[in-house]
Parts: sequence; C-alpha cells; structure tokens
Amino acid sequence: MDEGIHYFLQLLVSGVAVGSLYALVAIGFVLIIKATDILNFAHGEVIMVSAFVCYFLMTSLHMNFIVAFLITITFAFVFGLLVERVVLRPMIGEPMFAIVMITIGLSIFLRSASGIVFGHDNKVFPSPFSKETINFYGLVLSQVHIWVLVISSTLVIVFFLFFKFSKIGLSMRGVANDQFASMLVGISVKKVFSITWGLSFLTAAVAGIFLSNVMVLNIGLCFVALKAFPAIVLGGLDSIPGAIIGGVTIGVLEMLAGGYLEAKLPGIKELVPFIVLFLVLMIRPYGLFGKEEVERV
Amino acid sequence: MAIRSRTFKETYREDIKLFQTIWIKFWLAIFFLGLLSAPLWADPYIIYMANIAGIAAIGAIGLNILTGFTGQISLGHAAFVAIGAYTSALLAHHTGIPFYVNILIGGLVAASFGIILGLPCLRLKGLYLAMATMSFGVVVEYTITHWDSLTRGVRGFRVPPVTLFGHILNDDATFFYVLMLFLLLLTIAAKNIIRTRVGRAFVAIRDRDVAAETMGVDVTKYKVMAFGISAFYGGVAGGLYGYYTAYVLPENFSVLLSIEYVAMVIVGGMGSISGSILGAAFLTLIPDIIKGLTEFIGQYISLFQDIYNDEWNIASFGLLIIVFLIVEPKGLNGIWIRIKTCFKEWPFTY
Repeated sequence: MDEGIHYFLQLLVSGVAVGSLYALVAIGFVLIIKATDILNFAHGEVIMVSAFVCYFLMTSLHMNFIVAFLITITFAFVFGLLVERVVLRPMIGEPMFAIVMITIGLSIFLRSASGIVFGHDNKVFPSPFSKETINFYGLVLSQVHIWVLVISSTLVIVFFLFFKFSKIGLSMRGVANDQFASMLVGISVKKVFSITWGLSFLTAAVAGIFLSNVMVLNIGLCFVALKAFPAIVLGGLDSIPGAIIGGVTIGVLEMLAGGYLEAKLPGIKELVPFIVLFLVLMIRPYGLFGKEEVERV
Repeated sequence: MAIRSRTFKETYREDIKLFQTIWIKFWLAIFFLGLLSAPLWADPYIIYMANIAGIAAIGAIGLNILTGFTGQISLGHAAFVAIGAYTSALLAHHTGIPFYVNILIGGLVAASFGIILGLPCLRLKGLYLAMATMSFGVVVEYTITHWDSLTRGVRGFRVPPVTLFGHILNDDATFFYVLMLFLLLLTIAAKNIIRTRVGRAFVAIRDRDVAAETMGVDVTKYKVMAFGISAFYGGVAGGLYGYYTAYVLPENFSVLLSIEYVAMVIVGGMGSISGSILGAAFLTLIPDIIKGLTEFIGQYISLFQDIYNDEWNIASFGLLIIVFLIVEPKGLNGIWIRIKTCFKEWPFTY
C-alpha cells in the first residue's frame, strides 16, 4: 500500500476509535436534552467522578472489574436521581439561562470538590483489557477501542429500541415534546425527569470507565466532555444517532488535523472541535439530524 | 394633607431619575467620603482587596449589561478581558501612549471584538449561545497562548507601571483613586445606558425578543450594541488588571474567569448595576472568608488543618451559583431591596 494512503487510513481508523469515545460521552448529553431540554454542563464531571469511584473500588477494595463496573453504574444512577431531586427539580419552570448556569455551577463545584477529595496526581487505571493491539492489514487499533465501538453501538441500538417501544421511553419523548400535554395523559413528569437523569449519569459512568482505560485518570478527564459538545451540536442536540455520527466525525477531524497540520500549527488538534462547533452554530445551529426549532409567538 | 407612606412616582421623569430620593444622595455621599478617605485609615490589605474588587466590578457590570439586561448568556467574557489586558499591556510596553488612552484603546479593541462576536451570535439563543461564546473564549485563550511573537506565550510579559502627569503610581493607595474614578465613571455610564432608550430596548429584548421587534426595537442593532458595550467594560477591566498586577499571563484569562464573572453577576443580582458591584466585592472576599473558616474549624477538628487551597474557592463559586439560583435568584441586590422595603414599610411588612 502507498505510504501516504496508509498514513491517511491509520489516522482515519484512530479517529474513528477516539470518536467513538466522544460518541459514548455524547449519548449521555443527548438523553437529557431529549427528555428535559437541558444541556448538562456537569456531564464531564460525572464521568470523572464515576471513573474515580470505579478506580477506588478496584484498587482499594480489590474487586474484580465486572463487580466494580456494576457497582459504579448503580452509584451513578442513584447519583443522577439525587442531583435531579436536589438541584434541578427546584428549577422547573425557571428561564433557560438559570438552568444552564446551575449545571455550570454544579460542574465547577464537582470538579474542584473532586480535586480536594481525590487529589491531582495521575492514576493508572487497572485495565482489564490486554494492551496488545490488533493489526488489520497494517492498521493498528487497541482492544479497548474495539470494545468502545461495540459498547457505543450496542447503547445506540438499546436506546433506539427503548425510545421506540418501552413505556418509559415513550413517556420521555412525550415529556420532551410537551410537558403539560403529557401530564394530561397521565405521565408523571417528575418520575420521567428523575429516570432520565439517572440513565444519563449511568451512561456517563460507562463512558468514564472506558475513558480511564484509554487516557490517564486525573481531574482533567472531565474536559473530555468539552470535546463532546461539538459532537452533539454537529449531530443535532436531540438525536442519538446524530451523537454517534457527530462524535466519530469530530474524532476523525481531530486526528486528521493532528496528523497533517500539527507540525505547522502546534495545538491545532485541540482547537479543531471548537472551530467546527462555531461553524456549525453559525451555519446550521440545529445540526445534521436535530429538529429545527420554529418559534411561536 | 395626605401622609405619604412611601415614594410614589407621579411622572415619567421621576421614574427614570438617577437618584430616586434625597436619601440615596445622602447615603451615597457618606459612602464616597468613606471610600475616598479609605487609604488614610484602612489596612493596606483592604486597599489591595478593594482594588481587585473594583476591577472585577467593572467587568461584572459589563457582563451584567449583556446577560442581566439583554438576556444573552455569555461564557466568554474572559476573552474580552484578555483582549483588553493584552492590548493595553502591549501598547504600554512598546509605545509611550499615556495610560488612560491605553486603557481606552484596550476597551475599544475589545468592543470591536465584541461586535464581531455579536454579529454571528444574533441567531443563537440559550444553550447554543452559551456554547458559541464559550468556544470563542477557548479560541482567544488558545491564540494568546500560542501567538508567541506577540504575546510571549505562557511566559507572559511585564507591564510598566502607570505614569500620570509625570508621576509614577506604583503604590496601592494612588492606584485606588485612579481605579475608583474609572469605576465611578463607568457605573454612571452604565446607569445612564440602562435608564434611557437603549437600556429599555435591552430589557425588551431580554423579556421577549419577538415582541420587542414587533414594537419597533431594532433587535439586531441593540443586541450587537449590548455585545459591544459589555466587551468594552471587559476590556477596560482587563487593561486595569494588567496595569495593577504589572504582569499579564494567558492562564489568568481562562474559562474559569468567565465563570467567576458569571458567578458575580448571579450572586450580585442579574439586571442590577449595584448588584454587580456587590457581587464582585463579595466574590473577591470569598477566598479570605473560606480561608478564615477552615483555619477556625481547623483549631478544633484536625482534619480541617491546612487543607485550604485554591480548589476551595472554585468549589465555593460553584456552590454559590447553585444556592443563589435556587434560593435567591435576584441575588444580593434582591436581599438588600427586601431588607430596605421591610424597614421602609414598617409596620406593614409582609
């Protein structure tokens, strides 16, 4: 194979791998937006906190990976219910600005509180996946990335079916569409909100555990959520398939920019997602698959 | 003769007066006397804190004009502060332009960037606007950090001290007077913007932009104007900050600073000029309050000994935002107004 094409394909494959991580993060965002129209700025912090919880379960309490994983996602679900009840419930009916700001407040609180509790040194996650890479016609990919691809695609299918067929999934869509009308047909909006936050935090925990296998585990893990913003905006804020496609696109773009432009513009890799975000917002704010909002007066 | 139990406004002119009652003038005069004599009696540390709070207040007033009055979320205010700081600092470093002109140029450059950001952001609302302004902040921080030939990157550079009429002002007390003059002028300017046509247009846009447009408010013009004015205030605050700390570094202008400004606006009270000043003063004091508290508790519980660091401040900013939004959305200014009404209308308080 030609050297240039091979380099391009390798970047593409790594991009898809990184992008699938972003997609996993993005799903959690989209879940909450879909049901409650809130963008949870604290999502990254939940990812980081769950990763730390799983780390401590595995190192301090010597649990095996599966048990620690299950306990962590249960913890995240309960944490989600708690946050919804304490912080978000009193804000129902408040203007969008206040709700955005309260999740930002939550995010910086959680981040610095974790800094105080967990400390700032890098930790190495006891990864259950083997470090061996898979070589496919000369293209190299690690095992964790394959797992992430599998998990994200499974989650997409599960959530697709969940929103299409399950009772609670249908009521979530109903609440997202019109809160008053769904109350009228007997949906408990409060219950739907709590379950949504619980589920979103649960996916955050899954994302956190896989991310800490790939990256270093420290407080900075929460900044991965900043990378997921461009992904969800590109995909459309309330579309789960959009989150996946957006995540993968951002991952690929980032890798390509890193591979070809990094030599001339150092640090451009980190900036590309935000430039994409800005451009999408300017040209097509509802993204590729989002619903176009029509304002009624 | 009827007894007037409180101030009723009978004419429109009365409603938009700068000083509503004679008492406000009286208390303000006392307040200013106290403030102007402060360097004579106060501890140097208090003066230092007052300077930091004053600079923050200018930035917070700017953000409040944009978020509190016009209703546009901005998570990129630090970018304007950075632009103002770097412009003034570079001018001071390379040219001999007087300091007040430098500050003004810094503000104007920031304002033009504000207009540049405001134009594309016209279409965006709520969440989308928050993300767009935040990515603007990230881009500016990146540019400052990596444009090595101009900004010296992460190393930062020294800002020469303020010289005014041939005197070098390098102590806190003299800078205090210069700063208070700036703060006073900018506060009066903001008050005047808010009580005139422009301010009413801002508030109309905040309350319902479509309705404002049908009533003849040029939404495009006023939204861009709000971005420009807010950025100008941010730029001036940045310029003063650069001069005061005598050093500019990119890390001082991260997203955290934007969030700190937002916290000031929320804690102080959205849509209130005096609230911004209160919020800025309060949040500047917070680190010291927490430090004192942890030391106090540390005397009794050994767990709390020497655990204070910067993280506590940031955590408390987050917690303050949450608590104020849930419990007191009108902020400190709202609490102040409630206390005032309580006394004014006694014994008919409820």
